Amino acid sequence: MANRSARTRYGPIRRMLGMLRAHLGRLVLAVSASVVTELAALALMGTAAWLLARAAQQPPLAALSLAIVGVRAFATARGVFRYGERLAGHDAALRALATLRGRVYDALVPLAPSGLPAYRSADLLSRMVSDVEAVQDLVVRVLVPVSTAVVVAGVAVGFTALVLPPAAVVLAIGLALAGVVVPLLMVSAARRTARRLAPARAELAERHTDLLHGSADLAAFGATEQALTDAERAGERLARLERGTALTTALGGAGSMLVQGATTVAVTVLALDAGSLAGVMVPVLALVALISFEPVLPLVPAVQRLLESRASMRRVLAVLDARPPVAEPASPLPAPGRDVTVELRSVSVRYPEASRDAVDGVDLRLTPGRRVAVVGTSGSGKSTLLACLMRFIEPSAGTVLLNGHDVRDYDGDDVRAVITGVTQDAHLFHTTIRENLRLARPDASDDDLLGALELARLRDWVSSLPAGLDTEVGEGGGQVSGGQRQRLALARALLADPPVVLLDEPTEGLDPQTADELVADLLATTRGRSTVLVTHRLFGLDGVDEVVVLHAGRVVQRGTHADLVAVAGPYQDLWWASHPAPASK
Amino acid sequence: MVGVPRPCGRPIGGVLLNQLARRLLASLPAYRVIALAFTVLAVAGAVAILVQAELLARALADGVLSRSGAEALAGTLALLAGVFAVRAGLSWAQQALAQRAAASIKASLRRRLLRRTQELGPGWLTGQHSGALTTTLGRGLDALEPYFTGYFPQLFVAAVVPLAVLVRLAVADLASAVIVLVTLPLIPIFGILVGLSTKRATERQWRSLERLGGHFLDLVAGLPTLRAFGRARAQAVAVRRTADEHRVATMGTLRIAFLSALVLELVATLSVALVAVPVGLRTLDGGMDLETALLVLLLAPEAYLPLRALGSQFHASTEGLAVASRAFAVLDEPDAHGAADSGRPERAVVARAHEAGAPCVVRFEGVSVRYPRRDEPALDDLSLTVAPGERVALVGPSGAGKSTLLNVLLGLVVADAGRVTLTKADGAELDLDTVDVQELRRQLAWVPQRPHLFARTVAENIRLGRPDAGDDDVVRAARLAHADEFVTDLPRGYDTPLGERGAGLSAGQRQRIALARAFLRDAPLLLLDEPTAGLDAGSEAAVVDATSRLMAGRTVLVVAHRPAMVADADRVVRLEHGRIVGGSDRTALGVG
Ligand SMILES: Nc1ncnc2c1ncn2[C@@H]1O[C@H](COP(=O)(O)OP(=O)(O)OP(=O)(O)O)[C@@H](O)[C@H]1O
Ligand SMILES: Nc1ncnc2c1ncn2[C@@H]1O[C@H](COP(=O)(O)OP(=O)(O)OP(=O)(O)O)[C@@H](O)[C@H]1O
Ligand SMILES: [Mg+2]
Ligand SMILES: [Mg+2]
Repeated sequence: MANRSARTRYGPIRRMLGMLRAHLGRLVLAVSASVVTELAALALMGTAAWLLARAAQQPPLAALSLAIVGVRAFATARGVFRYGERLAGHDAALRALATLRGRVYDALVPLAPSGLPAYRSADLLSRMVSDVEAVQDLVVRVLVPVSTAVVVAGVAVGFTALVLPPAAVVLAIGLALAGVVVPLLMVSAARRTARRLAPARAELAERHTDLLHGSADLAAFGATEQALTDAERAGERLARLERGTALTTALGGAGSMLVQGATTVAVTVLALDAGSLAGVMVPVLALVALISFEPVLPLVPAVQRLLESRASMRRVLAVLDARPPVAEPASPLPAPGRDVTVELRSVSVRYPEASRDAVDGVDLRLTPGRRVAVVGTSGSGKSTLLACLMRFIEPSAGTVLLNGHDVRDYDGDDVRAVITGVTQDAHLFHTTIRENLRLARPDASDDDLLGALELARLRDWVSSLPAGLDTEVGEGGGQVSGGQRQRLALARALLADPPVVLLDEPTEGLDPQTADELVADLLATTRGRSTVLVTHRLFGLDGVDEVVVLHAGRVVQRGTHADLVAVAGPYQDLWWASHPAPASK
Repeated sequence: MVGVPRPCGRPIGGVLLNQLARRLLASLPAYRVIALAFTVLAVAGAVAILVQAELLARALADGVLSRSGAEALAGTLALLAGVFAVRAGLSWAQQALAQRAAASIKASLRRRLLRRTQELGPGWLTGQHSGALTTTLGRGLDALEPYFTGYFPQLFVAAVVPLAVLVRLAVADLASAVIVLVTLPLIPIFGILVGLSTKRATERQWRSLERLGGHFLDLVAGLPTLRAFGRARAQAVAVRRTADEHRVATMGTLRIAFLSALVLELVATLSVALVAVPVGLRTLDGGMDLETALLVLLLAPEAYLPLRALGSQFHASTEGLAVASRAFAVLDEPDAHGAADSGRPERAVVARAHEAGAPCVVRFEGVSVRYPRRDEPALDDLSLTVAPGERVALVGPSGAGKSTLLNVLLGLVVADAGRVTLTKADGAELDLDTVDVQELRRQLAWVPQRPHLFARTVAENIRLGRPDAGDDDVVRAARLAHADEFVTDLPRGYDTPLGERGAGLSAGQRQRIALARAFLRDAPLLLLDEPTAGLDAGSEAAVVDATSRLMAGRTVLVVAHRPAMVADADRVVRLEHGRIVGGSDRTALGVG
């Protein structure tokens, strides 16, 4: 993924520039204002020097009046245009930045869930928060300063050439040294570190989230110190890189200043020795030379930023260009209605790098209202099967049919509008119970919410809370108990009320009595809906139409509960294992 | 709690160095040395500026009037070149030093902040947006850089250079010096006024970025859920809104910054014009020689430059200050024990008296826990004694307080009332309130209800509690947890890197890694919170079998819903609404 955008060295920059196209007007404004600002500064010092030198020759006052007006005008122009430049430049940059942030999120959506683990969330966070700022830096610290420097240097050299051509040559050389050679030297010195900065920041962020998300486990296992040390080390690595680049930048800055001094002295020498030159022009040339470096000096940090921006941008582009694990059709079929028949035809799924299929040639047919339970040992592919039904994973073989059409011809969101439910790692967002539930149905009324909570056997608990539905559940649902978390996820799925309900171990973490009652309730309320229930508890499975037993991805047994319990086989083994027969004890 | 930084004191010395800045600088290890170095650099810089202007004025005046040629001025010009070189060197030294200071202060704040989050513990963390904290710790503290590389060294320059220039100007031409003297104070006065109004805007700006980070990390973690309910696209609107809020807030602070820069710039340039024009007129009527006039022209801007630069550096560093105040707010956060950012030395003393490995009696006496913003207590005056080597099963409905009970023992949750004590075989009694938590935890192995797996290899995850364990031990623990089989099936076996939160494994497999982790820990006191959650009956039976072998001779508190696990307990304790309502024998469970 990263390679694709990394192929061309200037690709990232070009694409960043492309993102700025929408703000071209503001950019042009910023650059022109910046050029005017620096030219005004140049003219201010030049005119002032001329004024003094001319005055020393004691001409009539009228000869000076224009210059006096000029000094005042240039002084004002400088301030006003700088203000305009900054406002326009930052506005364009920040707009581009906000847009880019939105696009990063958009690009992540189709990656979830199976494409996301390729990134760490902290890494994504640092792309979203820090790396995207590359586009801002490109405008404010690179684009505007560089174009200004080029114009101002050109004007300064042109002016000098009119007055004293040899001095212009010296000035041109000096400006080229400070504006091109020194930055290029820095590029070669800092390229490697600049490229490593963004990943080092991401690594530090990862160490931080390890500590923030895993703090309980780390503390209980006495591993906090070690994790803190790891984080510190990652911090030191980053600091070393930063120090390296900062010192190079400082060195480059000092080098440019040196060139500035040498050029000014050299121009002065040439001016002093040029017999043909009017005396008044000596200070003018010297000061123009000195001041023309002002916009050129920032090029050193600008180049440094450009290098870092390129590395950061490449990381952002890697996300924008990431190929979703499940492709969406170019022209999807119209969304299916509420009568849904789903069929799996010898579907296999193999995760990348895995040596065997997680789901291996499974057939399944879900006509409207049919209820199927999927059981099997841990790791036998039950959740993978559900992911396949939700079109979160692309089967490596076989087809999934939705109302007779290949599911690949539907828009993924349309598929999930009819086939969804509780996944095994359903996430509770750091917000209120209400907001978490309404995710499934934004227009749900409080009564709807309470109804779903009632079904999930949470209503009494929620009513007992001082803030009721407005209770915050904390980060990752950390402020409610395990079973409450599980049932909130269940209530949410019930609220969505899709024609095909998927339930992945909905009663895990509940006491047996509640679990059994809950399963019975669930099966009763979802009557008429197609249901796929994944469970480790075999109680209540006499209420489903078919039980499918998976082992290592394959269907090893299927039939009704009564049939399966009666014959020797994996299902009977599971049954006895969860019902220790008095005799066996 | 995020985004509500506590007030951090009103500025004492104006915005130049308010209380916050003082506290920030106090974190700088060698503050005095650095301050001294910056002063020396500033003084040297001031001298260089004066000398440079002097030399340049002399050379240029000569060029205009006597035209004696470069040869005659060789000495002056060579000296001038030398001064330029010195100034370049000084700028390098200042930056190098400032960078060092910035790096060390960032590292030290980062370290303290991170440590503090761990002291405040999981209870506090669940109330925080971890994405916001990560943003503060990373990008946020990086924003301190401009403060230390820009504003802070500039303070010294601004204190020294204008004064030096003013003195030299007064010597050269009193009238110009007076003009500068009168206009110069406008800059800091205005700067202070603007600075005060910036603070609020910058805090808003920082908060919006923090919110963006917090929101984003939560969304990324929940993307599969959002997609399952077709809400992922809808959230894009929220993301864009937050991003746009940040843009607007940032533009707000920038507008102030730019406006203040405009005013400062106008004051400075107009003052220069104010100086230059009369000087020119006086040169015209012969009242001033050209060399002095040029010197005044060259020096006058130098008087304003440092203060103007200080203004813009200030604006560049306000974000850093907002972050610093946020960081200090976390450092000042009182923990459950009421102490802020301090090691508890008295605990360390007790720790030494407590040797490892001894089985103890665990006694809860009237323990109550009430979580914030909850009416009902999670544990309500609960008393329970667990004898050494006893295996107690905790059962009860969801939300009864079982996990809370274990968390109290782990020191992850602090009881509001009551005592938890450990009595050793020799009768010595240790109060959980005074014992060193680290030491206590060394006696414990824990399988949490929702184990956290790190994005490391399988083996590293299992080794969490015993980093020095050999490969054999890791495999043995994995076998006991019924995990070896699937682990060896993974592409790289025990060296397979896991995704975040154990992505790449099934739920039951993750659970078994957590079990292996606890088995490897090999501690005298086992706390198991639904150890067989997510396991099929076959795996469960194997794990229960292994656990009961492991439990021999150890004290065990196991939260169990499944009968298989309960069957092995010596005693069953049933919790409801934070109280023990019975139990004692297995039939109380209703297990057939
Ligand atoms: N993202 C993934 N990448 C690679 N392999 C995976 C991934 N998710 C699951 N697997 C593997 O695929 C197999 C099936 O996993 P799945 O989660 O479907 O099992 P399951 O039957 O739901 O198990 P459990 O009862 O423990 O939840 C397992 O061997 C697991 O290790
Ligand atoms: N951090 C917290 N903040 C506020 N309330 C909490 C917090 N943690 C738990 N609670 C509440 O305290 C009560 C007890 O929670 P606890 O996790 O101890 O229950 P439990 O017995 O382990 O339940 P389960 O079987 O569902 O895991 C619950 O009502 C829960 O909502
Ligand atoms: Mg599963
Ligand atoms: Mg619990």
